[in-house]
Amino acid sequence: MNNIFINYSLFILFLPLVAFLIQIFIGKRLPRQGDWVSIGAISITLILSISMFVAMLLDYDPGFKHEASFTWLDMGAFKIKLGFLVDNITVIMLLVVALISTCTHIFSVKYLEGDIRYSRYFAYLGLFTFSMNGIVLSNNLISMYMSWELVGVSSYLLIGHWFEKDSAANAAKKAFLTNRVGDIGFFIGIMLIYTAIGSFAFTDIFEGVAGGLIAGTTLTLAGLGLFMGAMGKSSQFPLHIWLPDAMEGPTPVSALMHAATMVAAGVYLTVRIFPLLTPDALLVVAYIGGFTALFAATIAITQNDIKKVLAYSTVSQLGYMILAVGTGVYTAAFFHLLTHAMFKANLFYGSGSVIHSMHHALHEKHDHDTDPQDMRNMGGFKEKMPITYWSMLASTMAIAGVPLFSGFLSKDAILAGSLSFAQHHPEHFLLPVFGFGAAAITAFYMFRMMFMTFHGKPQMPELINDIHESPKEMAGPLVLLGTLSVAIWYTFPHLNPISTHGSWFTTLVRPIDSAVPGNLTALAIESGAHHAHNLAMGLSIGVAVLGIGLAVLMYLKNVLSAENMGKRAGFLYDWSLNKYYFDENYDKYLYQPTLRLAKKISWIDWELYDKYFINGFGRVTAWASRVSGKFDYDIIDQLLVDGFGRIADNLGSILKKVQTGKLQNYLLYVTVGIIILMIIQSF
Amino acid sequence: MYDLNTYLIISAALFSLGIFGVMTRRNAISILMGVELILNAANINFIAFSRFGGMNLDGHIFALFVIVLAAAEAAVALAIVINIYNNMNTINVDEASAMKE
Amino acid sequence: MVEFTFWFVVSLTLISAAIVVLSNQLIYSAMALLFTLFGVAGIYIFLWADFMAGVQILVYIGGILVLIIFGIMLTNRISSVRLSQTNMQQGIGGSVAIWLFLLISLVISKTSWFQVEAVEPVETVSGIGTLLLTKYLLPFEAISLLLLGALIGAALLSRKEN
Repeated sequence: MNNIFINYSLFILFLPLVAFLIQIFIGKRLPRQGDWVSIGAISITLILSISMFVAMLLDYDPGFKHEASFTWLDMGAFKIKLGFLVDNITVIMLLVVALISTCTHIFSVKYLEGDIRYSRYFAYLGLFTFSMNGIVLSNNLISMYMSWELVGVSSYLLIGHWFEKDSAANAAKKAFLTNRVGDIGFFIGIMLIYTAIGSFAFTDIFEGVAGGLIAGTTLTLAGLGLFMGAMGKSSQFPLHIWLPDAMEGPTPVSALMHAATMVAAGVYLTVRIFPLLTPDALLVVAYIGGFTALFAATIAITQNDIKKVLAYSTVSQLGYMILAVGTGVYTAAFFHLLTHAMFKANLFYGSGSVIHSMHHALHEKHDHDTDPQDMRNMGGFKEKMPITYWSMLASTMAIAGVPLFSGFLSKDAILAGSLSFAQHHPEHFLLPVFGFGAAAITAFYMFRMMFMTFHGKPQMPELINDIHESPKEMAGPLVLLGTLSVAIWYTFPHLNPISTHGSWFTTLVRPIDSAVPGNLTALAIESGAHHAHNLAMGLSIGVAVLGIGLAVLMYLKNVLSAENMGKRAGFLYDWSLNKYYFDENYDKYLYQPTLRLAKKISWIDWELYDKYFINGFGRVTAWASRVSGKFDYDIIDQLLVDGFGRIADNLGSILKKVQTGKLQNYLLYVTVGIIILMIIQSF
Repeated sequence: MYDLNTYLIISAALFSLGIFGVMTRRNAISILMGVELILNAANINFIAFSRFGGMNLDGHIFALFVIVLAAAEAAVALAIVINIYNNMNTINVDEASAMKE
Repeated sequence: MVEFTFWFVVSLTLISAAIVVLSNQLIYSAMALLFTLFGVAGIYIFLWADFMAGVQILVYIGGILVLIIFGIMLTNRISSVRLSQTNMQQGIGGSVAIWLFLLISLVISKTSWFQVEAVEPVETVSGIGTLLLTKYLLPFEAISLLLLGALIGAALLSRKEN
């Protein structure tokens, strides 16, 4: 493996693992609890990622691709090869992971200062970065699946970082188990594909699909199986329930995993497997994504917990990406993944900064009952926390789809894709409706959050004097990522802020043709999206203005009363506030029946199987062992074994007479022995 | 003069006498003297084979080494004998039989 | 004359050797050993080993025998008369020794030995010296160390405990 990209990738992959091992074993004994080990490792990773990114930009080749693999398991006909795939998507994704991870590491230094499991926290961050890089780099489904599970584990560990709180422990369990549901589908998908094609590598799979080795319903099912994994990780309806609860973890973790990278893994997977998805599968993907986008957005309207708002907004934005994959513009999905990672991570850092500050202010007042995350306790923080405010504002503009900001470009690409899809298939007019509806609601609730937090009168005036801007370790990532929410970075080398046409991203990440015979070609998708571009742009600016305007009227100018609106909406408000009672209904119709079934089965297991079958066997065995024990003792032991002992004893007492202890006797025996030997030899 | 067998048989006689001495004497120093007889018998063999095997002096070297070893052995053995005498006031090997069961 | 001398030397050796192993007086055994060693030196001379004969007399008689006599004098009162210097197995030991001698003689006479005719050298000292410093240098050094070790060991063993 002499390829420089592969070598860099090896370092990028394993450095965080090394940091994890150092931290988990000796982290506590290092100075500063070893956070510099993790930060150092992740910074090297970032530098390597940046150099790879720069090399990619200098290369400027859409077909840039390196692969390297080795045989991991060889059992005759059954071989598993693991390997790296480095192409433009990989390099961009690696940079995203490394950048956000570095920011999180630095942000956490202050945010978790004095935490009892400080070094362990950094260790898990290292483990997560390792596994996430594993997903990004793998060129086959099996190593991706392994890293996938590792990501699940590190997510479990980090959500449950404060496991003394029941809610955190439960949230960790919920996240892990919900992900399992998706992962079963993922595994079934992998097996279906392996059975048909006989390889795990993406290249082989796409060739197999194009060659018709797997087709029709089987291929659709396999694709949907893989997509189920993505649904779990990217928290798509109906597996979305874990992500809001995952906010129990430390806020930097939410920024890293539950906003920017881990949840994006599902999108990354669907982007990777896009060529094998059949039209039917894509339709399911599109509907699930679109529905999730709208549905989660409606929940976010009424949430009062600042992190919950962001969590549902994440679910909604992920739905966008999935919708984009489903409508065929999967490069737009990846683009949105990139921009979303930046602005959403920044929003989480901002919320972390606010919460941190609230927490300290409440601590000063010895108030331990007020929820520092509740926006109803905030307000008027704008002057107190200017850096946080302005960087969050930039990101909010981005997510709301305001022109000149990054989210506008990516969202526009997605909406154009869904619009073009609906133009080709008018019966699926709902997809763009989902998209634009969610866009309007997103703009509304994001500005609602901003206004409630930073504008207006302080809701707890006694706190406002203790609210301070966060330290520079926290402000730095905020400024950096806030800057990255501006559109200009993504349209380079063209400076047109409203179109990505000809930018480095659209040049380097080209859609590839679907491997499924008869699917839309890349060209058709692109031209369709291009034609829909202007209409989509106009519409999306329109809905963004609508949403922002409503938020301004309701929460900034207080022209419209939010409470009245809520009352007028009636049960809809109630549903939204309670997240459509999903958790309750899952509990009632899924968990409880399952538990009852498990209890019945355990009754059968214990009362019938265990008591009669197992214990019966036990009794038979005990009887047999008594019989054989008797035989063993009386015959083998007493007669045979002790008999040998007695023989040896008797022989010994005879022979010991020869052992006189006198050397001269021994010499005599030796000489006699020699004489006997000589006699034997002579005759 | 006289063939190889003569010397070998003389050596065998000396060897047998040495063995007899080692086997039957009670005194540790007598046993040592028996050992010296055995070594001399061996030396006679070395030199006889050297004389009748082409006179190439290798046997002489070996005999020389045996003499040196005998000297070392005698020195150490006598030191041990004197130690035993100091501890047990006897050097009769059948009385100094701590090795017996 | 030479034949007579040879057999005289041989009988001197064997008879005094018999006295060494049979005498009841320890000091007599030591004296008989003196004659045995002289006899062996004589046999060496008959075997053209002039240097070895000299070494035999120097080391054995001058060194080892003197050591043995010292040992006897340190551990026995010379005047005291011991009734028995031999143990219980004299009879069986004697018969074993005789059998051993007979069998070895039988083996010797039945074997056809490899023999090479040779002329008598003028002297053997230079040859032995050359061999010791060339072919046998390493054993020579090793045996020097062994001798040194034995010397130190003997001194260590025989010193008084304090």
